[in-house]
Amino acid sequence: METKASVLANSACYHCGEDLNGMAISYDDKQFCCAGCKGVYQILAENNMCNYYAYNDTPGKRFDQHSHFEYLDEESIVKQLIDYQDKESTIVTFFIPAIHCSSCIWLLEHLYKINTAIYSSRIDFIKKEVTISFKKQEISLRNVVETLSTMGYEPTISLQDVVKENGKSVNKEIILKIAIAGFCMGNVMLFSFPEYFGLTNLEKEFQYLFSWLNLAFSIPVAFYCGKAYFVSALASLKHKHINLDTPLALIIAVLFIRTAISTLFNNGPGFADTLTGLVFLLLMGKWVKQRTYHHISFDRDYRSYFPIAITTIKEGKEKPVAINELSIGDRLWIRNGELVPADSILMKGDAWMDMSFVTGETEPQQKVLGEIIYAGGKQMGEAIEVEVVKLVAQSYLTGLWNKAHYTAGFKENFNDSVAKYFSLAVFIIAFGAAGYWVFENDSNKAWAAFTAVIIVACPCVLALSTPFTLSAILSVFDQKGFYVKNTDAVEELAKCNAIVFDKTGTLTSTENAKVHFSATLSPEDKMLIVSLLRHSSHPLSRQILTSLDVNQFYAISKYKETPGKGIKGIVNGKIVYAGSTRIVPFGIAIAPLNGVHIVIDSTYLGCFVVAQEWRNDLAVLMNKLQKNFKLKVLSGDTNKDEKALSRFFAPATEIKFEQSPKQKLEAISNLQEKGSSVMMLGDGLNDAGALKQSDFGIAITDNINNFTPGCDAILKGSSLHYLSNFHQLSKDGLKVIKISFAIAIAYNCVGLYYAVQGTLYPLVAAVLMPISTITIISFTTIATRFFARKNKLS
Amino acid sequence: MNILYFLVGCSLVMALIFLAAFIWSLKNGQHDDLHTPGIRILFDDEVEQLPTTKTDQDHFSE
Repeated sequence: METKASVLANSACYHCGEDLNGMAISYDDKQFCCAGCKGVYQILAENNMCNYYAYNDTPGKRFDQHSHFEYLDEESIVKQLIDYQDKESTIVTFFIPAIHCSSCIWLLEHLYKINTAIYSSRIDFIKKEVTISFKKQEISLRNVVETLSTMGYEPTISLQDVVKENGKSVNKEIILKIAIAGFCMGNVMLFSFPEYFGLTNLEKEFQYLFSWLNLAFSIPVAFYCGKAYFVSALASLKHKHINLDTPLALIIAVLFIRTAISTLFNNGPGFADTLTGLVFLLLMGKWVKQRTYHHISFDRDYRSYFPIAITTIKEGKEKPVAINELSIGDRLWIRNGELVPADSILMKGDAWMDMSFVTGETEPQQKVLGEIIYAGGKQMGEAIEVEVVKLVAQSYLTGLWNKAHYTAGFKENFNDSVAKYFSLAVFIIAFGAAGYWVFENDSNKAWAAFTAVIIVACPCVLALSTPFTLSAILSVFDQKGFYVKNTDAVEELAKCNAIVFDKTGTLTSTENAKVHFSATLSPEDKMLIVSLLRHSSHPLSRQILTSLDVNQFYAISKYKETPGKGIKGIVNGKIVYAGSTRIVPFGIAIAPLNGVHIVIDSTYLGCFVVAQEWRNDLAVLMNKLQKNFKLKVLSGDTNKDEKALSRFFAPATEIKFEQSPKQKLEAISNLQEKGSSVMMLGDGLNDAGALKQSDFGIAITDNINNFTPGCDAILKGSSLHYLSNFHQLSKDGLKVIKISFAIAIAYNCVGLYYAVQGTLYPLVAAVLMPISTITIISFTTIATRFFARKNKLS
Repeated sequence: MNILYFLVGCSLVMALIFLAAFIWSLKNGQHDDLHTPGIRILFDDEVEQLPTTKTDQDHFSE
């Protein structure tokens, strides 16, 4: 045990666990991979907080650069971020993507040890959020964020934080309603028990009390817990349309009125037990339906990508300004790695824009002075100065969201379409039975039969089978890395008959990209290159280092890193360059490739190219999908991969390149106009418009916690090959719902037999409902499992 | 048998107290985060001197 641990400690960074590659920085007998990791350890050691390392081995995360937080000194920006403020304290909540283990919780909840002005900090591990309360006289918000940042827990502060949506209260309300309905149901059952087992004379004495108590319990159930059904039924009647809530509201009303009447006139037991049981079960169904992955956000748009503030230059001075307050003509100062938030014109500097958000094209483009830079471009290189020409909300990319592009209107699900016919049939039977008894001159029985038919023909099962089946399917999906937004979306998935793919990041994977060198390298050259690259923290350098796997190094002098361009240094007396074409000295012939070019002593050696890897089993998947779907590929990239791509698809498949986000969106609406139900798979912000327009948008990601654009479902890249199985299971799910509907009708027929005769005893109704409910729920659970196994998903 | 009236009243009051307790806990946010408190409770209290070797080994060596 002991030896194993020490071996681990020797080859990996004590803080972050990264391989040391022979370049350790020692401190306190511990080895660190970089100054950053050592810095964090130092802070923790000084504050006697090394418990951090006791809960997990190497809990830290490597971090490379610090952002600028000057904007957090601006009062107007701070106001938008904080949750609560009074004279003494301020409370603020941050999203911190780096939270990943129990050590993180321990450290972040002991922030008060590092800075006493922080009163307390609380973590929500699933949401990766920390809520901090601090004394604002002693520490500013900026200091708090910088403290977090120096420990490697840099919060992500995006424009979406400013526009906080509150979906939480809805969920709380339904739980409250379930609690009250469940409480009332239990008590009503208790007081109805004597009735169930037949009343002795002694118990008759209490009958009066019990039925009044039951009525009292029915009131909050019908009017508080069941309120939503009445509201929804009235709203749909106003639109001359019947949804599933209409018959449900009618039943709740009838049950309540009958209970009230029999209690007031003391003529037999009421239906309080059925009423409370019904509402409780309905609310459970609703809750299951609402259950969603609250830690995954499906509604992200450009606001989660954009920072909340940007540096402007006014009269030669830098000043941070909130993005919503930018106006046309403002001069912006964009540093390396920062995003241009609004369409602007380049005024000063060497602009190399990574436009992958906008176009999907991954290679940076050079812009000349006076050229327009679209919002969403990321600067890769030295800082540049630009002038805003369009407001943020009206810029090219953001305009995609704000315009009323999205035509997808009201989507009718299976339940609502059945509800129409169902309600009609119930009314015909109810009026038929009442009419018969009126004709027979028995008005008491006419009333009894009318109400009993409505009570028995409860579409309760219908309201329950859908959420239970679909949520069972949701959990099958999520075991396979497919997170669907809600149960309604599963129905949409089943209806799809056309699929549109994006290429980069969707059909190809960015994670297992492989590094190739265009020529061969001698061991001596390799050592030179490795000695240079190990000083750089750029992800490409790291990738190349791992691929070369050399463990001997030369000393290096005059090391210089130019952001966005590359690095150079003198290794073993030779000048070594590594980087893009722009760092290589003028006059050296270079292969026209994109990647890391290597030049040693004015001799061009070649270029490291990161090749995109196609995802696993793509050919098998496409073969399966081709049978049932119309396929299409829309790529924002150039057509350099056309040959490789077309071998996966049938010859007739349409493959388009150099598609702008708008063209993608239009292609999807064209398909929809032709009557197709379109599924879209994409990954970047450039697909976001298309994802939103499609009937079922799937965002593909290699890491669930990464930012994904707004969509109906998030799919792990490694599970892409299950796509056809997912679709089949969703179709089978609809089949299960239809079968359970048939079973429910069989139960209803038994009840109706008694109901039309006007002899439905409350006890029969009270027993029939739970029995049918239990049958349906167990049926849907078993059937869903069966189909999941059949589709090889469990 | 009149005592039953009293007992029914008692059971109702008790049940209402529990319901009120649940509603209070819900409004208080105790059901918002069901994951983190489970981890938090496992953290040891602060010790001045950090133990150099950690965890299970110690139990067996004695």
